[in-house]
Amino acid sequence: MDTALLFDNAVDNAVVLLPEIILAVGVMVLMMVDIGRRGQNGSQLLAGLSVVILLLGVGASVMIWGRAPVEYLDGAVSDGFALSVRLVILIAGVLGVLLSRNKLPAIERQGGAFYSLHLLAVIGMMLMGTATNLIVLFIALEIFSLALYILSGFYRENAHSIEAAMKYFLLGAFASTFFVYGCALLYGAGGSSKYTQIHETLATGGGNPSLVLPGIALLLVGFGFKVSLVPFHMWTPDVYQGAPTPVTAFMSVGTKAAAFAGFFRLMMTALPSYHDQWAMPLAILAVLTMTVGNLTALRQSSVKRMLAYSGIAHAGNILIALVAGTAAASSAAAFYLFAYAFMNIGAFAVTIALDRQFGNENDVEQSRLAGAAERFPVLAAAMAIFMLSLSGIPPLAGFFGKFLVFKAAVEAGWAWLVVIGVLNSAISAYYYLRIVVAMYFQQPEEIGDEKEPLFVPASRPSVFVVVVSVLAVVVIGLQPGLWADLLRGLGQ
Amino acid sequence: MLSILTFLPVVGAIAVLLAPGDSLKKGLALGATIATFVVSLLLLPGWQEIPDMQFVERYAWMPDLNIYYHLGVDGISLWLVLLTTLLMPIAVAFSNQHIKQNLGGYLALMLLMETAVLGVFLALDLVLFYVFWEFSLIPMAFLIGKWGSQNRIYAAVKFFLYTLAGSALMLVAILALYFNAGTFDLLELQEAGLPPGLQQLAFLAFALAFAIKVPLFPFHTWLPDAHVEAPTAGSVILAGVLLKLGTYGFLRFALPLFPVAVADYASLISFLAIIGILYGALVALAQRDLKSLVAYSSVAHMGFVVLGIFALNEQGISGAVLQMVNHGLSTGALFLMVGMLYERRHTRLLKDYGGLWASVPIFSFFFLVVAMSSAGLPGLNGFIGEFTILLGTYKSSPFFAVLGTAGVILAAWYLLHAFRQVAQGELTNPANFKGRLPDLNWAEIGQLLPIVLLFFAIGLAPNFFLDKINPSVAALEVVKAPVVGDEWLVDSSYQPPLTSGQSSLTTIR
Repeated sequence: MDTALLFDNAVDNAVVLLPEIILAVGVMVLMMVDIGRRGQNGSQLLAGLSVVILLLGVGASVMIWGRAPVEYLDGAVSDGFALSVRLVILIAGVLGVLLSRNKLPAIERQGGAFYSLHLLAVIGMMLMGTATNLIVLFIALEIFSLALYILSGFYRENAHSIEAAMKYFLLGAFASTFFVYGCALLYGAGGSSKYTQIHETLATGGGNPSLVLPGIALLLVGFGFKVSLVPFHMWTPDVYQGAPTPVTAFMSVGTKAAAFAGFFRLMMTALPSYHDQWAMPLAILAVLTMTVGNLTALRQSSVKRMLAYSGIAHAGNILIALVAGTAAASSAAAFYLFAYAFMNIGAFAVTIALDRQFGNENDVEQSRLAGAAERFPVLAAAMAIFMLSLSGIPPLAGFFGKFLVFKAAVEAGWAWLVVIGVLNSAISAYYYLRIVVAMYFQQPEEIGDEKEPLFVPASRPSVFVVVVSVLAVVVIGLQPGLWADLLRGLGQ
Repeated sequence: MLSILTFLPVVGAIAVLLAPGDSLKKGLALGATIATFVVSLLLLPGWQEIPDMQFVERYAWMPDLNIYYHLGVDGISLWLVLLTTLLMPIAVAFSNQHIKQNLGGYLALMLLMETAVLGVFLALDLVLFYVFWEFSLIPMAFLIGKWGSQNRIYAAVKFFLYTLAGSALMLVAILALYFNAGTFDLLELQEAGLPPGLQQLAFLAFALAFAIKVPLFPFHTWLPDAHVEAPTAGSVILAGVLLKLGTYGFLRFALPLFPVAVADYASLISFLAIIGILYGALVALAQRDLKSLVAYSSVAHMGFVVLGIFALNEQGISGAVLQMVNHGLSTGALFLMVGMLYERRHTRLLKDYGGLWASVPIFSFFFLVVAMSSAGLPGLNGFIGEFTILLGTYKSSPFFAVLGTAGVILAAWYLLHAFRQVAQGELTNPANFKGRLPDLNWAEIGQLLPIVLLFFAIGLAPNFFLDKINPSVAALEVVKAPVVGDEWLVDSSYQPPLTSGQSSLTTIR
């Protein structure tokens, strides 16, 4: 393709990347504005701007919804799956920004840095879902990873936060190295960095097939680290606990959605002919991830660590969809992530609100939840709904996420894996229920605590996040068909 | 109509939560449950004595996935629906008098419970059924955990996890059925028929969920905890309605969908039911706490229901359906009366009572009637159910029938024992003296009277009830064309069940 034609094509099709472009411009605007108001404390304006930019991104995604998928410069595609993942990430981004409005000194002081990094992370995550080329994939991964390393250490005075950032960065850098090696080997195997090209070369017997499996293995380490699959999950609880809770909330959903989107597209478009070889190892990883995640979550005393291990277990559930490897499975995964965004961020939002009440320790011990339902009836009810949804009790959103994934897996012949999945769900119910039990059934330890007069003791944006999440979890649960229709898988 | 019936309580629950003031909440909750009962009574005038589903509603819920919102009622579910809608206002009326703490939440949960249970009885789509089935756990766990007695948290968690774990595999089985027949619709699945291998596995998964819910021995250990710790109205609903979900599940799903597997496992499950009958009765006999006595009697009585279902003939199953209603009424009433006693004296130990006939005659009279109904005295409802079940069981296996009859005798023993300890003998404890211990008031009599009248109605005119049950039962595949399974544990006198054409004792004439 000659250069002029390539350029024309790029301009014509730029619309497929419109959300990313809007956000990138937005980041620059944000930094300009920050420079313009140098020295002022408070970051209300910047947060508001970020929300507007993110909503413009949502608008752009909706605008290009339903267009025929177009590939952009051999590197990115905007198909239904990419759009679904984009939507999930943008939602997580908006909710994350809103949650940061909780009078957190570090964010108030350096709002410009915080919100531009936040938006950068969103851009990187969205690109992950669109990438059809190993190089774009890697760049996207690094954009959001670097932003998140800094964000998780944003509480500079807090030793845990710094520890989290350090750990995340060092281990993440290792994982990226594996990832690049994997990309290199796949490039060697398929003779191209383009997914479809790799697939064609390998399917027609060309290339260097002996490099494929080592390449997959190395890539698996990278992806496994990002979505926290066992045994690459060790960083998750420490980082989730140490990072500022709004950041944890955002990255717990965003990273998972982005990395899984990239993982799905790579495996299903570049390496479908090797499905027989990679499905079984992934199935074993899924079993390990679900089981270890759930069993460890049983023993946590901190709410954030519990949610971290629960996140690991959920990664195992989503991995089941990848093992199945069908179009229906990828759309089930998109639905799962969509539901997960609301229930998980909602749970973190309640944690933030309670933390503010209990003395801003950036975490909440489960023992402090005793009797919380008496003091904060609305927050407790919301938390109960999120916990029940996370454990997959119908008719809430989380149930249908699991249902669709399991359905796709049974259809693809992985019934034994689904059996392990549902048994794990039953185990997970125990630790989610424990939160509900503490809030509702136990008496608070210190008696004489006067009843809080507040409806909910949280900032208005957090209240908004909680309310939206509750509504979403319930509405998605009651009308799952609507959303399952909207969210598309690969090749749909 | 069925949708109104199912979701009216939810409307009530929302109204109760929003309403200011406890007395308005009480009124709204009672009003909502009574309105639901009235709506359910409207099913009777238009009832046709046919085997098919009636008042069917079917809308696409998740059309892409072939999941439908499909409700319907037939002879098997009709009386269970009415039982639910009848017990609910009674339980709410009782709670209105006695629940002090956080009344709004309590009543809202009761109403949500009603919706969940009605949904299970009416759903004809497996996914819809599963949704209601799982959802029914939440309100009950909350009722036990928040308003129960000392050990309530343990009981609530045990109840929740036990039943949740039990039904996890059912979801996989539902998916497996879907990929075999391409539908989640019960009626379509029934027509499609399933390969025997799949039937075996799917039956085991379904049966585990149902057996825990019933509860069938040896899956019953959650029940005494849950019952004893639950608040009174919670126990009434738990025993009266929730346990029926398990036996109803066997009838509605296991029997029509897996006839081959059912025939294979019928002997084993009947055997477990017999153990449950005898074991439950013997343990009940040894109880010192009146509430746990009633709780264990539930294990025994539900054993009868399961025995009737797995007799796999018309008498057994029709009797089982009727006995579900009977057990709901009589055990519900027993729990109610234990609760009334407890609210007065704050003890449930048998040794604290004795001679109550002298001080509280009205209470004692009602207690006697309820106990006799539970024991199966001829003329009252319990007799009809148990007799029909034993008749059916005798046809399929005289051996089990004999053992089951022993259970009837034991039931009379522990119930009379309970009555004697409570109402007869010397009035020794001063706290029970006349004047100190108030007799039933009008409100309480009002709660018990409808149940007691039904005892007599079912006992004296059983055909009114059985005639509506029978057509649906006779249409069951296992009844029409009995499949003879393995004859494990069945002695040489085993005869294949008679077909419905030959049966003459379907209704008691």
